[in-house]
Amino acid sequence: MKQKRSAATLVLEALALILFLAYLIPFALILVNSSKDAFAVTANPMALPKDPGLIFKNMVSIWTNNNIAYPSSFLSSIIITVLSVVVLNLLCSQAAWVLVRTKTKFSQLVFLMFVGAMVIPFQIIMFPLLSWFREVTAITGIGLLRTRFGMIFAYLGFGLSLTVFMFHGFIKAIPYELEEAATIDGNGKFGVFYRIVFPLLSPIHATVIVLNGMWIWNDYLLPLLVLGKGNRVQTIPLAVANFAGAYVKQWDLMLTAIVMAIIPIIVLFLAAQRYIIKGIVAGSIK
Amino acid sequence: MAKDRNSTVVFWVFLTPVLFAFVMVIIIPFLLGVFYSFTDWSSSAGSGAGLKFVGLANFVQSFTDPAFIYSFIVTFIYTGINVIVLNVVALALALIVTSRLKFRNIYRVGFFVPNLIGGLILGYIWQFIFNNAIPALGGIFANPDNLVLSKSATSVAALVIVGTWQYAGYIMMIYIAAIESVPQELYEAAKIDGAVGFQRFIRITVPMIAQAFTITMFLTLVTSFKQFDVNVSLTAGGPSTMFMGKPIFATQLLALHIYDTAFAANHLAMAQARAVIFFLVLVIISTLQVRANKKREIEA
Repeated sequence: MKQKRSAATLVLEALALILFLAYLIPFALILVNSSKDAFAVTANPMALPKDPGLIFKNMVSIWTNNNIAYPSSFLSSIIITVLSVVVLNLLCSQAAWVLVRTKTKFSQLVFLMFVGAMVIPFQIIMFPLLSWFREVTAITGIGLLRTRFGMIFAYLGFGLSLTVFMFHGFIKAIPYELEEAATIDGNGKFGVFYRIVFPLLSPIHATVIVLNGMWIWNDYLLPLLVLGKGNRVQTIPLAVANFAGAYVKQWDLMLTAIVMAIIPIIVLFLAAQRYIIKGIVAGSIK
Repeated sequence: MAKDRNSTVVFWVFLTPVLFAFVMVIIIPFLLGVFYSFTDWSSSAGSGAGLKFVGLANFVQSFTDPAFIYSFIVTFIYTGINVIVLNVVALALALIVTSRLKFRNIYRVGFFVPNLIGGLILGYIWQFIFNNAIPALGGIFANPDNLVLSKSATSVAALVIVGTWQYAGYIMMIYIAAIESVPQELYEAAKIDGAVGFQRFIRITVPMIAQAFTITMFLTLVTSFKQFDVNVSLTAGGPSTMFMGKPIFATQLLALHIYDTAFAANHLAMAQARAVIFFLVLVIISTLQVRANKKREIEA
């Protein structure tokens, strides 16, 4: 009996290992092929590179290529992602708190509208959003299209439903007595929120940062519409897509660009793996 | 009294920024979008000036356009296959990494990694694999006629492969959380009753994780139906094929179809009408799915 079980375990172990390797082969392939020159990539993508150091040369040529503008795209991606995430966390936790603690018909209605809006697909909003942003810019002079500010504002709009919803659920579980005690101690409303409630929210802040951060960093369609192709301000997915359009079959450089787009995410993931997996599971179950 | 006023001030100070963004980014464009679908809106027109009301013309025309009908059908086919394959793979992966394997934690992370990367970039990676790496294997793979992305059926299969590869690790995480919350006593009791591996899976694991099925089905259904990024970078809608006597794109899923109708064909109002249809269908199928799963959850 024992013998049989360990044999089955062994088979499962081997199966898992094969699956695991098969799962990661695509990454190995692009890594191998971004260490080759254009000819070697097309000649035989399966061969190992003759000079693995070539990847650094390819990376330098991506870094300095004006078409992909990697340094400035990278910077824009970071600025847009970080600021959007910060704004979403600050504003949505505040809003969720007053919505939970103010028990009126109005606050219920607002919350229901936020949640209900989650079913609206992006496709129905995207074209009118562009003409509406153009109009707003024409009237107010505030640049919403082709600017980082417009991107961040749009991400606040598209991200707030889920973010408010998640903070709302978490805040509901915080005992109100805590806030009453803080009020008696002489705290105003701002004090109660920033001294008492805000620090208690850190687990949900972490979850929300992970969910929104990954979404915004990888997003392609919204930047494509708001920033536009070939704009001075580009995010990394946009830059890679642009580059793919311009250098259709130059796979050596294309794959290097892909590797360079992936590296920051993998590094961040390995650094904060625990939070990321927890955050993602928590986000899906909500 | 002073305290009440203070509460009201804080209420509005905290709520207004979010409410403002909500109205500006979601509500107004949404209402405009529904309105435009009944007009002859075009990119040159502003958001009010010179619009002509055309009633249901955009909707009627959409349903007589072979490209749109085809896109609908192929999206349903893709969604159907993808939901099944994705959930089977994800559940299998979850079962593997929750059994007592030596490197289960490393596997878990490995299966999850593709999910960290955006669909656009994943699509390019697989375009390289299908167009360059697989033909390099030689034999029948080297024949240009057998290129995966050169035929309609295999292109759809390619979309499923990439969609599954991208998303299975994520769905796996949800299954893992559900499987790990099943009380061990149930398995022990079943063991005493003489239930073997597969029976235990069907009789205990599946009913106990019914709630997870509702979530995973919903997530996979909605994300498959809305697939855009992988579609753009992997196939861009190609290859071309014939449908109802007209040349159309064989893998142009609805989201891409709407985008192309607006920008490649320059029919903004038409694209908007199709987006409204897309929205309605999405609402209907996700409501039906959640209702069906909830019912099964209760029965189980």
